[in-house]
Amino acid sequence: MNKILLGLLIGAALGAVDGCTAWFYPEVRAQLAGIIVGSTIKGLIAGVAAGIFARKVNSIPLGIMFGLAVGFVLAFLVAYMQHDHYIAIILPGSIVGLIVGYATQKYGAAPATAR
Amino acid sequence: MSVASVAQHSMRHLSDKAITRLRSGAEAPDLNGRRYRLIGEVGRGGMGVVYAAEDEILQRRVALKVLNASRFEGGLANRLLREARVLARLEHPGIVPVHEVGTLADGRVFYTMKFVEGKRLDQYIESVDSTPDRLRIFLRICDAVAFAHTRGVLHRDLKPANVMVGPFGEVLVMDWGLAKILADAIRDEPDRRDDSIPSLPADGDDSNSWGTGHGRVMGTPGYMSPEQASGEIELLDARADIFSLGALLRYLLTEHLPAGSPSRRDRSLDAICAKACATGREQRYSAVQDLAADVSRYLDGLAVSAHSESIFDKLARFYRKYRFFIWLIAAYLLMRVLLIVVVKH
Repeated sequence: MNKILLGLLIGAALGAVDGCTAWFYPEVRAQLAGIIVGSTIKGLIAGVAAGIFARKVNSIPLGIMFGLAVGFVLAFLVAYMQHDHYIAIILPGSIVGLIVGYATQKYGAAPATAR
Repeated sequence: MSVASVAQHSMRHLSDKAITRLRSGAEAPDLNGRRYRLIGEVGRGGMGVVYAAEDEILQRRVALKVLNASRFEGGLANRLLREARVLARLEHPGIVPVHEVGTLADGRVFYTMKFVEGKRLDQYIESVDSTPDRLRIFLRICDAVAFAHTRGVLHRDLKPANVMVGPFGEVLVMDWGLAKILADAIRDEPDRRDDSIPSLPADGDDSNSWGTGHGRVMGTPGYMSPEQASGEIELLDARADIFSLGALLRYLLTEHLPAGSPSRRDRSLDAICAKACATGREQRYSAVQDLAADVSRYLDGLAVSAHSESIFDKLARFYRKYRFFIWLIAAYLLMRVLLIVVVKH
């Protein structure tokens, strides 16, 4: 599977799982659908960014750091807009970025070279 | 006292060391009129002795294989010539190239080849701990043997001592002295030889005196296929070498393990070895490429053709392939649970 598609799928899946955990917080349970969609999109963006980076740079440590940074920035923006739940949003969001950064470097297929 | 009795008297008092020195001096090839300068002996086999020599024109080191002086027979001379010709038809990065073949001033046949500065496989793997690295070496041996098979040549003596690994990791299959030329390859060979030079006869052809005929057992126990061990020369085909490759693979997976390391073998690798070393040649892989493909599939974390997996085997293979990723996801989920618990309390 190519790196961008792999990043997109893993990022979206982990983002959705991340969003679903909002169910455990009764104060935001009413907005659960919106949180899941937003979190999925956040994971998806992090995954695509990590996938694009993996196509340009072939290095697992750099991929992990890039994913972590992108995940952190996106999660921070979301938390900043809500002015609440900083840890509960930023920590998982950063780790999702880290995981997609690793997965795209390790398992994504390099694009075929022209003959 | 006569001259003869003086000589007899002196001989009686020569030390073993002196006799050995005299013998090696007498055996040393006479390179008069040749472009080579002898450096020293590097190895000795049943048929010939290999020396390091300097090519004085090209100023490079070469290996010079010459018939053992004590076994200076016509049949063996032909076999050495034949070995050189077999090597000459096998131009491949995994097979040592021949530079020149000829006859020395003392009448012995010789040939020169690339001088390989490296270690024998059995010595080299002492420094290779990783199973994938050992399997990658094995794949390169398979490449060379598969190439030889496409040229109609069977090695028939594949074993760790006949594989060299160079300083840059290059893998070379050596010692083609027992190689068998398949009759099909002779028929397919284009007619481009001078009539004065005898062509390579196929083994099993009664008309030749060079080969290793029916009933003669040649090879190395443990690495020889049952049909080779029983001297059924006409039955030998690529599957005889596949048996030897299977034994070689087993050796790579079991020998010189670092102290305290777990066994490298698992069901898939065991199944590959078992299929390659099956007693019945019909049960073996039909081509070296198939054996190599199975080892490659194992390296890629895929199912191998030699082993039909149960669901547990499939899960174990999936876990081996994605172990780190699985642990990463598990750690993430655990962190999420802990975060929920901490926030709630």
